[in-house]
Amino acid sequence: MWNLHKVFEKNAIYLLVGSLVVVSIGGLVEIVPLFFVKSTIEKVDGMRPYSPLELAGRNIYIREGCYVCHSQMIRPFKDEVERYGHYSLAAESMYDHPFQWGSKRTGPDLARVGGRYSNEWHVEHLMNPRSVVPESVMPRYAFLQDNELKFDNAAEHLKTLRMVGVPYTDEQVEKAADDLKAQVNPDADSSELLRRYPKAVVGNFDGNPDKLTEMDALVAYLQMLGTLVDFSTYKPEAR
Amino acid sequence: MPPAQTPAYNESVVRFGTIMAMFWSIVGMSVGVLIALQLAFPDLNFQGALGEYFTFGRLRPLHTSGVIFAFGGTVLLASSFYVVQRTCRARLFGDPWLPWFVMIGYQLFIVMAAVGYLLGVTQGREYAEPEWFVDLWLTVVWVAYLIVFLGTLIKRSEPHIYVANWFYLAFIVTVAMLHLVNNAAVPVSLLGIKSYSAAAGVQDALIQWWYGHNAVGFFLTAGFLAIMYYFVPKHINRPIYSYRLSIVHFWGLIFLYIWAGPHHLHYTALPDWAQTMGMVFSIMLWMPSWGGMINGIMTLSGSWERLRYDPVLRLMVSALSFYGMSTFEGPLMSIKSVNSLSHYTDWTIGHVHSGALGWVALISFSCIYYLVPALWKRERLYSYQMVNWHFWVSTIGIILYICAMWVSGIMQALMWRAYNEYGFLTYSFAESVAEMHPYYLIRALGGIVFLLGALIMAYNMYRTIQGDVRDEVPVGARKGTKPSRAVPDFMKQAA
Repeated sequence: MWNLHKVFEKNAIYLLVGSLVVVSIGGLVEIVPLFFVKSTIEKVDGMRPYSPLELAGRNIYIREGCYVCHSQMIRPFKDEVERYGHYSLAAESMYDHPFQWGSKRTGPDLARVGGRYSNEWHVEHLMNPRSVVPESVMPRYAFLQDNELKFDNAAEHLKTLRMVGVPYTDEQVEKAADDLKAQVNPDADSSELLRRYPKAVVGNFDGNPDKLTEMDALVAYLQMLGTLVDFSTYKPEAR
Repeated sequence: MPPAQTPAYNESVVRFGTIMAMFWSIVGMSVGVLIALQLAFPDLNFQGALGEYFTFGRLRPLHTSGVIFAFGGTVLLASSFYVVQRTCRARLFGDPWLPWFVMIGYQLFIVMAAVGYLLGVTQGREYAEPEWFVDLWLTVVWVAYLIVFLGTLIKRSEPHIYVANWFYLAFIVTVAMLHLVNNAAVPVSLLGIKSYSAAAGVQDALIQWWYGHNAVGFFLTAGFLAIMYYFVPKHINRPIYSYRLSIVHFWGLIFLYIWAGPHHLHYTALPDWAQTMGMVFSIMLWMPSWGGMINGIMTLSGSWERLRYDPVLRLMVSALSFYGMSTFEGPLMSIKSVNSLSHYTDWTIGHVHSGALGWVALISFSCIYYLVPALWKRERLYSYQMVNWHFWVSTIGIILYICAMWVSGIMQALMWRAYNEYGFLTYSFAESVAEMHPYYLIRALGGIVFLLGALIMAYNMYRTIQGDVRDEVPVGARKGTKPSRAVPDFMKQAA
């Protein structure tokens, strides 16, 4: 039997192909079914793609590496559900390219941080975390308040996401620039924005109405996290 | 072997790689020390003075990529070029341009990735942070690497492909597969940096951890096992303990590792069947992992007395022992009920570092201690006492690090799930953060001590390359032995 192994020891191509076959099996068996088994992603009401401002905020969240310290995945344990809210569903990250579940909680989970604190709290916390949470070891992100948000090509971002499967409509792509501005202007008519992106939080997030900043975008993103799914109509058995 | 029969090998590319590996080890570990201190003293994020570029969120990928891909990757490139030439008795395929393209191209990849991190250019995928254009460049370099390595195997003048080369080949080809699938993304514009991943949510999570766990399995395990399979037998001048064990453990390891990714996603929204599969295969993985450890350590049988006076061998044996320990701890942590406690905590960080510092770094250091005198044609190292210091300093650093993380990780987890007598959660999250402070200090101290060891090595290697020899008492000598510059007996054997 040990002699049979000599074919691999004497032929580099056999060794290469043999290794490649052996290392392919596990991934194929585990990953491929996730794209086809329907119960992988629950049927829920309320999920929608990110509004342009939320998406810009999410990109800042990724840029700053927030995921290295914050998870966005509540596990189905009593203490986690009491601390953070309903356990996370697969459906809630179905439009997340890439997913941001995280792997470490140096800070708390953020999967349902939306609506838990005021906009003012978030701005204060991002400017200087220890001013509101003395024990915090989070860096200060005051520069977000100074940086103007660069998202002129919002429509391009939406189109790219549509290519990878996010169901943005033509209207959403076309109105991307308008929606971006509408979400930070609580005085204007936001009914069009809310029709396209139900439950979007409209506000002058950073307290400075003259400038659309990265702070506006990040807080808009944080304020919608975990708020979309309507749990009154969600049945766990449906899975 | 008489020099007349030895083909001329390309050793300059290995020499360059060895020096770069030492350089990156110091850079990567220094950033590690800085971010460890940031968690203890958040003002070290330097906002204000240095703006947005040195926050923990941007430096952490710089640390992980710096030690894994820059230090570890360069050690793998350099050692594989050294080993494949000698075990095949053939000069590198495509020499000299292709091997140099691979080596320089890879350094360029590291620099592009590192600059990107500081500027906030990231895909937000752990251990795969570089953006699409950097990934494309790495793909080109990696294909060239495969061509060099496979081409050298094909043109070998030895009948057999030595076992170290199986592990190198499996590492190269699997990393190629993982890299291509995990980084599948669509850029927003061909002139822009931003891209969006092809997969989303739960599928993306499993693809990412399939990649992430096998970055451990193939980059940090298979590749470094290849180093073990060449340098341990060569250093002590003995054959590997069991050839059959190496066959079983090679195929077992590469088959089982690939399945283990879902254990990073226990109790998440990943379907239960996938989680259970990940757990079962992770536990099975214990067997081939220990097969490798046993094969390495038992190669010493009959030579154990060398540990008394050979500090390089001490590094090798400690590396294998830490490998055995962390591959025991890993399957333990992949059990769902254990993972419910350990996940999201510092325990995971401690586990990673017992593998990364204990196994990967120590086996790399011993490899460098072997390579430098061999490549610069020196009879001995500048100082073996310094190697001994390096050994002890590193070991103490690792122990401080992992013990601090065990305590802080388990404490965190227990605080998060503690209930008081009225049925309410006892602690706020912030209270658990405050409790971490002393352990973060101990961890930073462990890191500083470990970094000090790497600096001792760098100095020792600098003097060795210079051709200097330190007048010193040999390691393990009787009391009263006079200092000398003699070549130790074990180095004469190895030569």
